[in-house]
Amino acid sequence: MKAFTFERSARALDAASAAGARPDAMFLGGGTTLVDLMKVDVLTPATVVDVRHLGLSSIGVSDDAISIGATVTNSQLAWHPVVRDRFPVLSEAILSGATTQIRNMATVAGNILQRTRCPYFRDIHASCNRRLPGSGCDALEGFNRGHAVLGVSEHCIATHPSDMCVAMVVLDAVVHTIRDDGTTRTIPFGELHRSPGDTPHVEVSLEQGELITRIVIPSLPAARRSHYLKVRDRSSYEFALTSAAVVLDLDGDTIRAARLGLGGIATKPWRALEAERSLTGRKATDVAFRDAAELALAGAVAREHNRFKLELAKSTIVRAFTVAREAKV
Amino acid sequence: MKVNFRVNGIAHELAVDPRLTLLDALRDVLGLTGTKKGCDQGACGACTVIIDGQRVLSCLTLAAACEGQSVVTIEGLAQGDELHPMQAAFLHCDGFQCGYCTPGQILSAVCAVQEVHAGVPSHVTRDVRHSVDAATLTDEEIRERMSGNLCRCAAYPNIVAAIRQVLAKEVRSAVSEGERP
Repeated sequence: MKAFTFERSARALDAASAAGARPDAMFLGGGTTLVDLMKVDVLTPATVVDVRHLGLSSIGVSDDAISIGATVTNSQLAWHPVVRDRFPVLSEAILSGATTQIRNMATVAGNILQRTRCPYFRDIHASCNRRLPGSGCDALEGFNRGHAVLGVSEHCIATHPSDMCVAMVVLDAVVHTIRDDGTTRTIPFGELHRSPGDTPHVEVSLEQGELITRIVIPSLPAARRSHYLKVRDRSSYEFALTSAAVVLDLDGDTIRAARLGLGGIATKPWRALEAERSLTGRKATDVAFRDAAELALAGAVAREHNRFKLELAKSTIVRAFTVAREAKV
Repeated sequence: MKVNFRVNGIAHELAVDPRLTLLDALRDVLGLTGTKKGCDQGACGACTVIIDGQRVLSCLTLAAACEGQSVVTIEGLAQGDELHPMQAAFLHCDGFQCGYCTPGQILSAVCAVQEVHAGVPSHVTRDVRHSVDAATLTDEEIRERMSGNLCRCAAYPNIVAAIRQVLAKEVRSAVSEGERP
């Protein structure tokens, strides 16, 4: 591991200032991405700023929203009784990822900012435009079974690995940040992550030193009828091949509104808005769900080894909506 | 840099390189070699320890980040010569073969039981809105909750049996005392 200096801040602004002044500084949350990638020299910060002691580790609940501190752990959020009751899709998504040990360590902001698990990103001897801009992408013609089919470019097809983020984007979460000059702003979750385009190394819309302070999820009564379905090679402790986060607002057997997020197949936490709109006003039948699934995958681009994901993703969407339809709420 | 934290109730002040992991600090600085280094990349669970009551991976924890925290390792579980109930259950159920993953398995299992008593759901819980219950917990639940601890000898059936034995004893004693654990 490359040498670095370790700093701990007591206030969010101090942390933002500490990292803002140094282009090669990074924030440390639970360490499950950062320490892992520092060991293999993929991330080489000169300064690590520990942000777990900024007073941002509690969950606030009101009738209008829940407010999640940036360093709330994944376990804390998934196990919170109000989250389980109002937003089952969020608890389910988090619990489907990693293991208890990792969820106990990983922070919510860290989960949002985690890096891809593309093996070529992780291997410093491989070509990867995300890790080293302009070096090429070994995944395009390489072993790309786990890679994305939505939001891809000719420069990068790495999958965004988070389950939690798929639920967050479906729930219209809002990310609150503070910058090193003390100014704050809010970013809709769907605008935080970027598709790779021709700058895959620019993963999120945050400035150097800009610190996530909390994530706010607005009230959504329909989310009581929500579900996260994850399909993977092992039944536990594995990243998604495909996943779907759904919210279904039903009036009898008619769909008032539906929401659909997709994981395991996209370069960022994916929201299938056109598919959602197609369901409005339709009967909640398997046929309607299948039509929505076709729309959701309409723009997909598959490669040699991940072509199976196109049909698997559609089946995942249909099954997720079916489970939500049948749920007792 | 200096860092202060407690290990098995004993306060330590260590001068550490920021690159030092908690795992290496425990093994190489404090001589507590019960915590094992398996993959050293957060995949196998052999290095599991308990920090402030939560099971975590010491290989992905920087020692420098442990300021003020309380760490429990496998060496801190027994009370003198009296084994912790989970240690006794692993012996009774033959929950290991080579033993390399065992310290992590036991610490993880101790926390898994506490989590079950707290009622928190797992990925295989049918409805996350409902609390789970020690008396009706399925083997599928135990396996999911322990999926972060790999065993190359495949002692899994006996590990599940050991955890089930501890849960059953606690449920029985709670019933006899007329209260929930």
